[in-house]
Amino acid sequence: MPAEPVSDAPGAAAVLPAEGAVPRPQGAAPGEAHRPTPRAGRSRRRLRLVARYLLLTLGALVVLLPVYLTVVNSLLPEPALAHQPPYLYPSHAQWQNYSTAWVGGHLSIYLRNSVIQTAIIVVGQLVTSILAAYAFAFLRFPFRRTLFLLFLSTLMIPFEVTLITNLDTITSLGWYNTFAGLTVPFLATGFGTFLLRQAFLQIPRDLQEAAALDGYGHWRFMTRVAVPLARPSVAALAVFSFLGAWNQYLWPLVVTGNNNAVRTVQIGLKLLVGTNVSSVNVTLAGTVIAVTPLLILLIVFQKQLVRSLTAGAVK
Amino acid sequence: MAQIVFDQVTKRYGDVRAVDDLSLAVGDGELLVLLGPSGCGKTTALRMVAGLEVVDEGTVAIGDRVVNDVEPRDRDVAMVFQSYALYPHLTVAKNLEFPLRQRGVPKEERERRAVDVARTLGLEPFLGRKPGQLSGGQRQRVALGRAIVRSPKAFLMDEPLSNLDAALRVQTRADIVALQQRLGTTTIYVTHDQVEAMTMGHRIAVMDHGRLQQVAAPQELYDRPGNSFVAAFLGSPGMNLIGGRVAVEAEGGTAIRTAAGDVLLQGAQASVASHHEQPVVLGVRPEHLRISPGGALEGTVLLVELLGAETQVICELADHSRVVVRQQADQARPRLGEPVRIAVEPAAVHLFTEDGSRLEEKTAA
Ligand SMILES: Nc1ncnc2c1ncn2[C@@H]1O[C@H](COP(=O)(O)OP(=O)(O)O)[C@@H](O)[C@H]1O
Ligand SMILES: [Mg+2]
Repeated sequence: MPAEPVSDAPGAAAVLPAEGAVPRPQGAAPGEAHRPTPRAGRSRRRLRLVARYLLLTLGALVVLLPVYLTVVNSLLPEPALAHQPPYLYPSHAQWQNYSTAWVGGHLSIYLRNSVIQTAIIVVGQLVTSILAAYAFAFLRFPFRRTLFLLFLSTLMIPFEVTLITNLDTITSLGWYNTFAGLTVPFLATGFGTFLLRQAFLQIPRDLQEAAALDGYGHWRFMTRVAVPLARPSVAALAVFSFLGAWNQYLWPLVVTGNNNAVRTVQIGLKLLVGTNVSSVNVTLAGTVIAVTPLLILLIVFQKQLVRSLTAGAVK
Repeated sequence: MAQIVFDQVTKRYGDVRAVDDLSLAVGDGELLVLLGPSGCGKTTALRMVAGLEVVDEGTVAIGDRVVNDVEPRDRDVAMVFQSYALYPHLTVAKNLEFPLRQRGVPKEERERRAVDVARTLGLEPFLGRKPGQLSGGQRQRVALGRAIVRSPKAFLMDEPLSNLDAALRVQTRADIVALQQRLGTTTIYVTHDQVEAMTMGHRIAVMDHGRLQQVAAPQELYDRPGNSFVAAFLGSPGMNLIGGRVAVEAEGGTAIRTAAGDVLLQGAQASVASHHEQPVVLGVRPEHLRISPGGALEGTVLLVELLGAETQVICELADHSRVVVRQQADQARPRLGEPVRIAVEPAAVHLFTEDGSRLEEKTAA
């Protein structure tokens, strides 16, 4: 039942840095056998630093260029899109593309739906992950290891594999075309449980025992001590589930039929293509609108995200 | 307001008996030190009082109540952990208030008591800091404060000073003794450091391999160790133990014949070793040995350690066992490798059986 929110929307790739865009510092260059003199060492270090930043800049360009072009094209009048060579900046920004997308594409409804769907999934995942992770980290019960491995094994199953079964279940529950159908399959996550369990395991057992002597049961210890101490991981999980939920495409597509009251913004974008306001620049404007909440989130939670991604990598 | 009684308590981890048939009564208001080498079961014994470990056999009682099945929170004891177990995300003030929150103490009262305790421990300037911004000694005091803030029936302290540097340890152990005396709260204090035990405890309970070896006041423990383990464990260094046999001599005297020479026994001691050829262990503290030409034991000087006021001379005996001789710094120091004779103060000799138990003097003699 627990499956990962898959980010299969086209917008996602542009926002998340592509794999390999951030090069790891290279170790000693091959063939670096003899000990360099101090001065040679220093200049070599400087050279390496320059090379590293060059690579980083290049990576940033590769990632940001499509984003930039999307924004530029979303501001161009339609005929200008076909212009050769392509415009690299909008000389007369056509802001009405955005209002056209907003109004004509019913984006306000879709955005609202996305917000509701994402909020339910994020809160649900946080609650279930915290509870499950706490149990795995602090409670002793039969088959704890086996159950945890079972949780982990759900990470190996791509969501697509369970798509049909899930759809079947949701339909037979009468949840087709509802927020319940949209969100319930994502309310638990093996990944989140794993992430938070690792964070909880960092908490010294003494703390729990001290709290137990002071009259704190598991529930109060969890809310007053364990979760506050695991805050960076909890925040990271919140960001991850937000990204995953917001960017969902396939599942909302199959489960929302043609009910505008629950369709999410990613589906709305797809629909934008087929409507009378359809034109590439308007669609791109819609895309920018759909991606903006994510951008804001990433900027706000940048630190947590980086920390949680690198946690465990070092050590 | 409570005594703590272990009655034939056993705790097993698999095949290991971490605590083995422990019977021990800690008096109301007493500071009892649980002393023993690492791994001897001190922490386990303490945790059974706290309710953090299940008692396998026997009973633990706090006050008049057997607490085997009582939840930790309902035992009304406070523990000071070796790691201090402070909540890193809370300020000192909040850490001190933490134990009161679950006990229905109103907010103002909580704050007042936290400040009171902080004042007692000299922590007032740090109330707003988090544990990460404190020194080791300050953290230790917060841990102590968290224990005393709710006036529990008993304090359980598990090596609370082991993370402090030597000078601070000396200072803090005096503070703890003074605090315990003032509060009059029953305290079990666990340590592996015999100096700490000697200086702090009203009584000391020595443990080894999960078993209680002896319970006594510090001086008595030092003067009349109940077995050779206690004899060797207490004192720095511990008592010298030399293997030998009883030799009842023709003139009526009794001696212990060791590989390094015969040690004549006097009076009461002589009455202990009556069987000729009986194997015994002769125990004598370093301060009761003397380098002297007429000494009974023969050895060579292996090492001379200068301690300032005193000197420790480590000698090797004929059977390659070692003894430590303590002498004043102004006494002539033997040279390394020099053959020496070592005199034993006859009245200060302890005798143990081969398996370590003390041979009691017969007072009738
Ligand atoms: N949770 C445990 N699981 C298994 N063995 C343990 C556990 N706790 C303690 N022991 C064992 O019990 C013995 C006593 O340990 P402990 O009470 O911690 O000793 P001390 O505090 O005197 O150093 C040791 O042999 C230790 O290895
Ligand atoms: Mg211990």
